[in-house]
Amino acid sequence: MAEPTVAAAYRQIVRSRVAAQASYRTSFAVEVVSQVFIVLVEFVEVYAVFHQVDDLGGFDFAEVSLIYGLSVLSFGIADLVVGHLDQLPFYVRTGTFDALLLRPLSPLGQLVTSDFSLRRLGRVGTGIAVLAVALVAVDVDWTPARVLLAVVTPLAGAVIFSAIFVATSTIGFWVVEGMEFTNAFTYGGNYLSSFPFTVFGTAIRRFFTFVLPIGFVAYLPTLALLGRPEPFGWPDWLSWSSLPVAAVAGWLSLLIWRTGLRRYVGTGS
Amino acid sequence: MTGPVTPPVTPPVTRTGGRPVVEVRDVRREFVVHRSAGGFRRTRHRVAAVDGVSFTISRGECVGYIGANGAGKSTTIKMLTGILVPTSGSLQVCGLEPTRQRARLARRIGAVFGQRSQLWWDLPLRDSFRLLGAVHRLPREAWETRRDECVELLDMGPFLDTPVRQLSLGQRMRGEVTAALLHSPDLLLLDEPTIGLDLLSKESLRSFLVRERRERGTTILLTTHDLPDIERLCERLLVVDHGQLVFDGPLAGLVSRVGAERVVVVDLAGPGPPLADIPGTTLRSVEADGMRQHLAFRPDETTAADVVAAVAARVPLRDLTVTEPDIEDVVRRLYTS
Repeated sequence: MAEPTVAAAYRQIVRSRVAAQASYRTSFAVEVVSQVFIVLVEFVEVYAVFHQVDDLGGFDFAEVSLIYGLSVLSFGIADLVVGHLDQLPFYVRTGTFDALLLRPLSPLGQLVTSDFSLRRLGRVGTGIAVLAVALVAVDVDWTPARVLLAVVTPLAGAVIFSAIFVATSTIGFWVVEGMEFTNAFTYGGNYLSSFPFTVFGTAIRRFFTFVLPIGFVAYLPTLALLGRPEPFGWPDWLSWSSLPVAAVAGWLSLLIWRTGLRRYVGTGS
Repeated sequence: MTGPVTPPVTPPVTRTGGRPVVEVRDVRREFVVHRSAGGFRRTRHRVAAVDGVSFTISRGECVGYIGANGAGKSTTIKMLTGILVPTSGSLQVCGLEPTRQRARLARRIGAVFGQRSQLWWDLPLRDSFRLLGAVHRLPREAWETRRDECVELLDMGPFLDTPVRQLSLGQRMRGEVTAALLHSPDLLLLDEPTIGLDLLSKESLRSFLVRERRERGTTILLTTHDLPDIERLCERLLVVDHGQLVFDGPLAGLVSRVGAERVVVVDLAGPGPPLADIPGTTLRSVEADGMRQHLAFRPDETTAADVVAAVAARVPLRDLTVTEPDIEDVVRRLYTS
């Protein structure tokens, strides 16, 4: 029999994690339902705003719903896959992280597969629903490029959020109470990404586009889907750039993670 | 902490030509610590947890790594496993450089650290072993054979399907040792493997490790505070103090170097006078009107046989035992000498 592969190792770990959660059916169902409920309550907030005004920063209700749907789905996927990385300080404090280093697999890969919270599927499912309805409701001049963009954007957004999770959780190698730091960027970024950036001031718009690339999750691709120029004169190609931006962000986050790991092992200082 | 010394088992597999399993050369590891210097000021200090340690361990050896808490034992083990990089010096384990080739090394070594469990808390041992088999990319028949062997020898059958979180310490430790051996490593690192275990569990674990060495020639490095562990398992001791290696040699050599005393306990047939003037001994204590007396002697001055002969010439002897110095006592004397 041939030697099993690394992929097979991860597959077995994930399968065992999923099975462990599925054995608590009732609590699983309750958690999924509550996740769906949270997303819907957030959406009511959007609805309430449009009950008062006809447009928000130049976007109507359907268009803001599209931004919101892209944001929820992107964050949902990232949260499902890497959301538990904010537990790193706990792993470091208890010595669990050392145990991962004693195995012949990447510690990041092991952390990612260590806790697959299926309840987060609730957010993903609701995100897909909101996005689908919004895509039908908005007025899009569908071209093959735009269809592709609509499919790729949630994945690119998920990679961007995952990169923020990975990069900011690295703080756990330095700070014992690093979880709040991670959450400030991830949950904070999630909240900001669901707005049309036209409601923000220049400094905030720039920071959350070129430093923390939250604008590429939903706002900019929505402009591209609607065929609308960026109101503040940014070039059109920027609105189509979510995928390369996600690739760069993902690569940078892995560099940061490796720096943190080297610091933990003590190569750095 | 007393009992007769059983001779350590010499493994049949001793390859003289091959490279040592562990090569540590002039290794130093510093940590930066912050101390309060009054008010909000803090000063940075560099403290060496391991300070210029060198040793090699050959294939098939079992070495006890001894020292007080904070002497640098854990730091050394972390460096050997690649969890920590040395500040200076060179380190090779199984011919690999631990931090740079950590993943490759992980397939060649097994480790049991108290707090660093390899088991999945919410899974039974059976599932943990299956996952570890996959993690180490072992063919099914390889890890299953090994698992069945360990399950039988360590008597884990009755609790193989119980979630790990419900196991007793002794049961869990047996699982940890199996987890560390599932991929048949060349080197087994054990950090206080018997701490907190009852006598029976300790002894069954020791027998298992003795057998593991005999059958497979597995090299073992263990830290312990338990003298019987060393007596049963190790033919060689490394003693560290304040990050430096202060002794490298057999247990008997350590005892003679620090002049630690052995004690002959004699039981007489009836009450007798205190045996205060047996040559080369000091009378430690007398019990039950002299029916049991403790005579301490230095191994380099006389022998247990001479002491017993001298006692037997004076009074009728019924029974006797020889007790060895306590490991803590031996190490303490080493530090103060």
